[in-house]
Amino acid sequence: MDLLEYQGKQLFARHGIPVSPGRAARTVEEAVAAADEIGYPCVVKAQVQIGGRGKAGGIKLADDRAEAQEYATAILGMDIRGLTVNEVWIELASDIASEYYASIVFDRSAKAPLVMLSTKGGMDIEAVADEDPDAIARLHVDPLLGFQSFHGRRLAFEAGVDDDVVRSVGTMLAKLYDAFVAEEATLVEVNPLIVTPERVVRALDAKVTLDDNSLFRHPDNAELRDPSGEDEQEQMAHERGLTYVKLDGDIGILGNGAGLVMSTLDVVALAGGSPANFLDAGGGSKAEAITSAVEVILSNPKVKAVLFNIFGGITRCDEVAKGLIEAFEQIKPEVPFVVRLDGTNDIEGRRLLAEAALPNVFAESTMDGAARKVVELAAGS
Amino acid sequence: MSILVGNDTKLCVSGITGREGTFHALRNRDYGTQVVSGVTPGKGGQSVDGVPVFNTFHDAVKETGANTAMIFVPPVFAADSILEAEDAGIELIVAITEGIPAHDELRAYSVIKKNGRARLVGPNCPGILSPGKANVGIIPASFFKAGNVGLVSRSGTLTYQIGNELALSGFGNSTIVGIGGDPVPGTDFIDVIGLFEDDPDTELIVMCGEIGGDAEERAADFIASDVTKPVLAYIAGFTAPPGKTMGHAGAIVSGSKGTAVAKAEALEAKGVRVGRTPTEVAELAVTLLGAAA
Repeated sequence: MDLLEYQGKQLFARHGIPVSPGRAARTVEEAVAAADEIGYPCVVKAQVQIGGRGKAGGIKLADDRAEAQEYATAILGMDIRGLTVNEVWIELASDIASEYYASIVFDRSAKAPLVMLSTKGGMDIEAVADEDPDAIARLHVDPLLGFQSFHGRRLAFEAGVDDDVVRSVGTMLAKLYDAFVAEEATLVEVNPLIVTPERVVRALDAKVTLDDNSLFRHPDNAELRDPSGEDEQEQMAHERGLTYVKLDGDIGILGNGAGLVMSTLDVVALAGGSPANFLDAGGGSKAEAITSAVEVILSNPKVKAVLFNIFGGITRCDEVAKGLIEAFEQIKPEVPFVVRLDGTNDIEGRRLLAEAALPNVFAESTMDGAARKVVELAAGS
Repeated sequence: MSILVGNDTKLCVSGITGREGTFHALRNRDYGTQVVSGVTPGKGGQSVDGVPVFNTFHDAVKETGANTAMIFVPPVFAADSILEAEDAGIELIVAITEGIPAHDELRAYSVIKKNGRARLVGPNCPGILSPGKANVGIIPASFFKAGNVGLVSRSGTLTYQIGNELALSGFGNSTIVGIGGDPVPGTDFIDVIGLFEDDPDTELIVMCGEIGGDAEERAADFIASDVTKPVLAYIAGFTAPPGKTMGHAGAIVSGSKGTAVAKAEALEAKGVRVGRTPTEVAELAVTLLGAAA
């Protein structure tokens, strides 16, 4: 789960990481009141989970009340790369002497947290990584040892931070690591990490991704989920505990297991079709889950045909068949379905479907055959 | 021969008294796996259809000589159970549990690596099947028979799909290993491909990857330097949009690295043929080994 900038900063503040004072606001009135309270000049920042906010005009420096009002009016409701801005963060403007970059990520290759520090912050760090990889100091931390003071010093010296802030940058990295572990994050990123003319080190931005699998241990964090970035079907699927990703096409896809569903999308695309979604019904899905998944798929009006591709291991094909039959009774779909069932209890599943003789449901015995059939049906309707 | 599990496997199931744990433990036993014991804290002394249950892995190892563990407990308890099995001297730990917190996984992996005495396969994996010998996990064994193809995969159901395509072309398997799709898999493609290289019964290695991470790219380098047997690959996720998570915690595309195209190119650059569909993988297997039985 990705946090908004200000949520990340509030999380940072709880772990003693210095951030600028600020307030979140959802209306222009709230934003102006917040700016008055914080003082001028202040920065009005759009809160959306996407990069490039500054370039899109979503970050503005307000010198006075009139400007705060003008910018809050412009930014609230603004569309930034498909996301609507529902909230702004008003923050006291900072004087900046240097802009650094710091992050901690889960490095899957090394299977350890990777801490990175660079003095080339404030710009596109991916470009820095491409063009001048040595400008980023990197260090893996043994999770059983944790982040030690020497780690901070090594990174700070290696990155070449100004001598007088080596200690405070190292301390900030240690606190970021504390936050990374305590909040069970998979990413903590600060860009820029600034040094002020008074030589104070501060996090001017915050990007935090929390591990969804650990949210049960962090109920306060779990409440921070921002559904505004999800579309209607994705929200609906999320509420029902289904893994669903919306795509641009017109063929609804349901399968069991992420790998098989991804493979199904590929095979449909190779057959000339365009998938409308990724939907993993998961392992061991019962009939109700299948019925529920069909509702989610069909709530997307672009869907012209649906493909079920099931290879049951822990999932039982008879349960899938029962779920589809139930869905037909409840929803009475108007689009054709192509169903391919293999694996645990497949014979029983196919028998149930054959007996139900659902209108517009076509059984196919192979994945390739099912993909070709659904593409043909979607094109014909 | 086969790898990881076989006739010498003596399995202890953590979470054997749970609904899924009981079902799959007995299913594994019905297949012929020696299921010697189970562990459920507080239920020591009971039995599940004749399989003795112990309170701790230490008791189970002492009393029944278990050398392999299958972890079937809920995510919140899973890392602890893995660590307990390791502490008790279990050599192979197969973790089926899905949804283990990433930091728990990282800690368990780090301890196992540091101590260097056990191998962890998974978590979030379908397990390991050596057809005709032993099944540890949830792979539907009836679709597979013994043969000369070693199969290793990050995805459960995709493993079945590819395995089934190979079976329809007449191929059987030495061993099928599901390594799981989580960010910190205990065992990587490289580990399993190395084991298949040394296994006399394996003549062809099929690896089944997906978007995210760089395990397939690293496997490509390893295959070029260390593997003499032919290797075929399949990669899922060519149509996955960048930046979206497709269910597996591990399947996250970031930048160009980790895309299906990048992985397929890395493998093909090292001489590994990549099938574009599961069916094409089976067709390539036929061209490499000739029509099987």
